[in-house]
Amino acid sequence: MSTTQASYGTWSRPLKKTGLVGFLTTVDHKKIGIGYAIGALFFLLVGGVEALIIRLQLMSPENNLVDAETYNQLFTMHGTTMVFLAVMPLSAAFFNYIMPLQIGARDVAFPRLNALGLWCFIAGGVIVNLSWFFQAAPDIGWFGYAPLTSKQFDPDIGTDFWIIGLQILGIASLAGSFNFITTILNMRAPGLTMMRLPVFTWMTLITSFLIILAFPPITIALVELMFDRHFGTHFFNVAGGGKPILWQHVFWIFGHPEVYILILPAMGIISEVLPVFSRKPLFGYPLVVFSGAVIGFLGFAVWSHHMFTTGLGIVATSAFAFLTMLISIPTGVKIFNWIGTLWGGRISFSVPMLYALGFIWMFMMGGFTGIMHSSPPVDAQQQDSYFVIAHFHYVLIGGSIFALLCGIYFWFPKVTGKLMDEGAGKAFFYTIFFGFNLAFFPMHILGMTGMPRRTHTYKAEMGWAEPNFWSTIGALILGVGIAAVVLQVIYSCFKGKPSGNNPWDARTLEWDTSSPPKEYNFGYTPIIKARDQVWENNHGTDLKKMDKIAPDSHGIHMPDQSWWPLVVSIGLFIAGLGVVFHHQPWGMLIPFVGGESVISLLHITMPGLLLTFFGIYMWALEGPGGYHLHPDPEELKNAIDPKESGHWE
Amino acid sequence: MAETTHADPLEELKNTNTGVENKKMAMWAFLASDCMFFGTLISTHLIYRKIYPTVVDPTEIFSIELTGFSSFILLMSSFLMALSVSASHKKNMKSLRLFLFGTIIFGLIFLGGQVYEFSHFVHEKNLTLSTNVFGSTFYVLTGTHGVHVALGVLWLASWLAYTYSKKFKWENALDIETAGLYWHFVDIVWIVIFTAVYLVEYL
Repeated sequence: MSTTQASYGTWSRPLKKTGLVGFLTTVDHKKIGIGYAIGALFFLLVGGVEALIIRLQLMSPENNLVDAETYNQLFTMHGTTMVFLAVMPLSAAFFNYIMPLQIGARDVAFPRLNALGLWCFIAGGVIVNLSWFFQAAPDIGWFGYAPLTSKQFDPDIGTDFWIIGLQILGIASLAGSFNFITTILNMRAPGLTMMRLPVFTWMTLITSFLIILAFPPITIALVELMFDRHFGTHFFNVAGGGKPILWQHVFWIFGHPEVYILILPAMGIISEVLPVFSRKPLFGYPLVVFSGAVIGFLGFAVWSHHMFTTGLGIVATSAFAFLTMLISIPTGVKIFNWIGTLWGGRISFSVPMLYALGFIWMFMMGGFTGIMHSSPPVDAQQQDSYFVIAHFHYVLIGGSIFALLCGIYFWFPKVTGKLMDEGAGKAFFYTIFFGFNLAFFPMHILGMTGMPRRTHTYKAEMGWAEPNFWSTIGALILGVGIAAVVLQVIYSCFKGKPSGNNPWDARTLEWDTSSPPKEYNFGYTPIIKARDQVWENNHGTDLKKMDKIAPDSHGIHMPDQSWWPLVVSIGLFIAGLGVVFHHQPWGMLIPFVGGESVISLLHITMPGLLLTFFGIYMWALEGPGGYHLHPDPEELKNAIDPKESGHWE
Repeated sequence: MAETTHADPLEELKNTNTGVENKKMAMWAFLASDCMFFGTLISTHLIYRKIYPTVVDPTEIFSIELTGFSSFILLMSSFLMALSVSASHKKNMKSLRLFLFGTIIFGLIFLGGQVYEFSHFVHEKNLTLSTNVFGSTFYVLTGTHGVHVALGVLWLASWLAYTYSKKFKWENALDIETAGLYWHFVDIVWIVIFTAVYLVEYL
């Protein structure tokens, strides 16, 4: 492999590919994906520990492991962490790593913007969790209902950490989504039409659209809340005429699509894994794709079913109940298509397949209780009870987390070139499956017998002690299982057996390249002729086998690395910190050194914003840059010379 | 094939699956997102106007002649922006600089009008962020739009300055067009805000 280096101007760009500098300045979608995964798994464990403390507190009646205020902080941070810092970034890790490989692209459309997404995710995650170190973790619930978040009821800076952290995380999600949309629509390999796209890539596209349309409302709601807390506006302030119910509406206009942002990538992963291990094509591909799109579309029309008990009026309540029930149709279509894929297949029960089957079952359980909630009278009984906790943990753990673990086991050989041990993987799966059901099934009963959510403790006479005890035991088993999976991932990175390029005899394009893929993904341009191209390459007729076109004499164009995405996100981090500590004494931010004088926006936020702008300007001025690589001739063995092919690139 | 398309690098950028350049596609996605940003702010304002129809009489606060004038200026800046994009595609540097300069000046006039309007409302009409909900929604909505215009002015001014750099290439016409998409969008949003926040009060 030889490289030709372009000349550089006054500002030299980082060239080192390895080590810390290589990682901090990377623009490679694969390294960025791994960065997301490391961050997400870390926060998954953090959120898991928070959950276990919650469960230990509830293990017996009138327990006092943690006090009520800490308990509030724990469930707030558990929800926020799991939604924004574990499940979403773990999905983003797969989007980043897998999607460009599935469409035969060399990278995403804007590699530096992609890096900005990663660093903003880290910055936002750090800000939200920094609150612990100031003994001011937010205690307002993950949906931060007004007026609980007002300065009057919550003078602490915990809410400010939460507001700013979520806004920076929003920037990360938005930056990533603009990039993925452009990449999927514009950078598919020749012949890879939209209806030949792997379903995971389809779900990436739909999820990205959901993100760019759902994150603005929450961002604006957070901005309004920030203005209420810092600049005296009255958006949600009752005394000034504000209506707290507005927060609920705007939050759930974001919040319900968010649920699908968490589950659609999971459905995409399942739709990839089931055909591979059933050795059949996906049953009803167009229906699976379109029902995904319909779920995404309807997701914007059902937000008020989170608010049935607020008294919306008969018409609104009926309309939202009807629309909510409607969503069960495309979801049911997907489940039947998955079952159709299994039907008559030669099923092999490998670890990814176990998770996929677990997903179908557990997600259906969560779906059924979801349909129960869609009926307003039933919902009125279940609102704010443990039944709701059982419902959404069945769809978010039994659904999202199972599918994400499935994706980890499925794509681990692609990412690392190594295998994860099947025996251990199966043992951990059964541990997780058993622990999960033991932890969350009793909550249905607890909810039905009236145990309220977000309660710090309960009296023994309520009769809730036994289910709570077993639920805690289950949670501990689940925690052990998840921790074991994370350890197995780390262990297999170093000690796993070599996997070869395509250990599962899988179907989609990412399995055509080497494992782990080279920096440039594909040495050649793949010419796609079928939906499951790699399956056709290995088992299909000659007509459907993929053509490979060699790069022209310049070689493959690669983007240059850059410091500026990191600089921009550090600027945003500093600016955000300045808003959190707005009007607070310096001594709060810097103990012993800082005095009683008050921090203004000019002190920290302004310099932070200036750094952000400086970073953006340098980013623009340095340009995408780039150099050319020449792939290994070995890879181009059967490739067609570009001059002789009829295809343009 | 590559040999024939190398002649026009701008055309080569259109060699995508959709025929739309990557930068433009990402800008369209951003604008879709921005619609939701403004949609949320505008609906917040309208909802509170409906709940409290009589607390404030906005016609006593607004000076519609001034706002009407600056709205007209902003619309005309969109016209100049279109001329800038056209000049950049025709590789006419003199017109490009002239029209970009005009767009920036018109944008600044609009911003000047808004600064005057804000200080006038605060000092003469006693309407601040915390006077009432109307003040909150009005300032945050129009202020967000003002920030958009200011960022647009900064963006266009940067391109104007960059045309004097040796590194400027005519491929940058795509970047100017992308900035133009943003500029037109911000103007269109103002048409909605001007109608929904100002004009309807005079019905």
